[in-house]
Amino acid sequence: MIPKQFEYFAPKTVGQAISLLKKYKEDAKVLAGGQSLIPMMKLRLAAPKYVIDLNNIRGLSYIKEVGGVIRIGALTRHAEIEHSPLIRQKLPIMAEAAEWIADQQVRNLGTIGGAISHCDPAGDWAPNLLALDAELVIQGARRRVAKAVKFFKGPFETDLKPTEILTEIRIPLPRGGRVGQAYMKFERKAGDFATVGVAANLLLNDKNEIVKAGIGITAVAPAPFRASEAEKILVGNQPTAELVEQAAQAAADMAEPWSDLRGSAEYKKEMTRVFTRRAVKRALERAGITL
Amino acid sequence: MVKKKVKKKAARKAARKPEAEFPKKHRIEVEVNGVKYTHEVEPRLLLVHYIRDVLGLTGTHIGCDTTHCGACTVLMDWDDGRWKAIKSCTMFAVQANGRRILTIEGLAKGDELHPLQKAFWEHHGLQCGYCTPGMIMSALGYLMINPNPSEMDVRKGISGNLCRCTGYQNIVKAILAAAEEIRSSGKPIL
Repeated sequence: MIPKQFEYFAPKTVGQAISLLKKYKEDAKVLAGGQSLIPMMKLRLAAPKYVIDLNNIRGLSYIKEVGGVIRIGALTRHAEIEHSPLIRQKLPIMAEAAEWIADQQVRNLGTIGGAISHCDPAGDWAPNLLALDAELVIQGARRRVAKAVKFFKGPFETDLKPTEILTEIRIPLPRGGRVGQAYMKFERKAGDFATVGVAANLLLNDKNEIVKAGIGITAVAPAPFRASEAEKILVGNQPTAELVEQAAQAAADMAEPWSDLRGSAEYKKEMTRVFTRRAVKRALERAGITL
Repeated sequence: MVKKKVKKKAARKAARKPEAEFPKKHRIEVEVNGVKYTHEVEPRLLLVHYIRDVLGLTGTHIGCDTTHCGACTVLMDWDDGRWKAIKSCTMFAVQANGRRILTIEGLAKGDELHPLQKAFWEHHGLQCGYCTPGMIMSALGYLMINPNPSEMDVRKGISGNLCRCTGYQNIVKAILAAAEEIRSSGKPIL
């Protein structure tokens, strides 16, 4: 399959890339890892007249810790996050999530910034970034920082303007208690998009009370969302099997899935309940609590 | 009458000046299996088509053409100096500018097969052979990250490659045997 003709640009800086976006606006598309854009261009679901390749921009690919916050450059490949010693030590849920994305070859090229900007409603990064209270650094005419909860708007729709580029992901490291985090994904076959995916991020105090809860869910709504009703049930309480079950039900109630080849809407709602329960239980186990 | 003349003139002008400017071709320099190549390529030319049709290296196959099957897998050297398995149907040739690429044709040293090639032969890791080049390149990329894999590791490592003949059993056996062979030989994997 051959994409429609396009003009190719390989800017060396973010500034140059943004100038090109300003010039060509909706006729242009930004190319990062290309693992979604190129298949879409081959199927002619996308036919941009101008492709702006970010891969020649130095300094957009890094993983570092600055003042208790993990910063990940937008051009960092999924595989680099998967194998990063810093991520494995400080934020293992991100390595766990990376392993679920497609396959080795796709993870070697695909980037976290590209995946988030593409905003597939069943993407694996979004639920984790939502649960982890991530912030996104966006560069346009000026630089701004957006909260992940305000970023994912709908299927393939984000808060990004046509003349903006996502440059960095910031994830605060949880502190002030015991931490339990887990990402559970239900997939039909190896490397598939999620039927449902749930990320749970819990913080517990020394009285075993949940003081903070972040639950991000993918693939069962027009855009990945935070299960705020489930979080409310958990926060302020000591975890019990009944409490977790109530939270899981609240998460399922918030889901708005659609029927497709991965299952009926009814089935997906039920799987949202099951996988929220499992993700919260696994997060609790990692915080030292077995229910 | 006058109008017609103007139209003709415009048509002649258009014929003289075709839209050759769009899209601009790009000059790329790549090194494939140790051989340097320079070509002018159209931006939409996929890396796999460049490897097969321009360079004539048809060992790299096209299966699904939708990033699922992995038949087009090749190794590419990345910014950190490491080889990485990628799907060459999901990258434009123009993006490979300045990079080194390794395809199945570059694995054997003269008559001596690479341990992975030998293991696929000895353990019957193929039937029709269509997926084999991609399967071997994926396995190679994976063994570079994890030289001592478990059976489950190998299955995960090749999860981006589809085989419709073997049921994967002998492919997994072959990769495990090759990993063992490479470790015990003490020789570098490439």
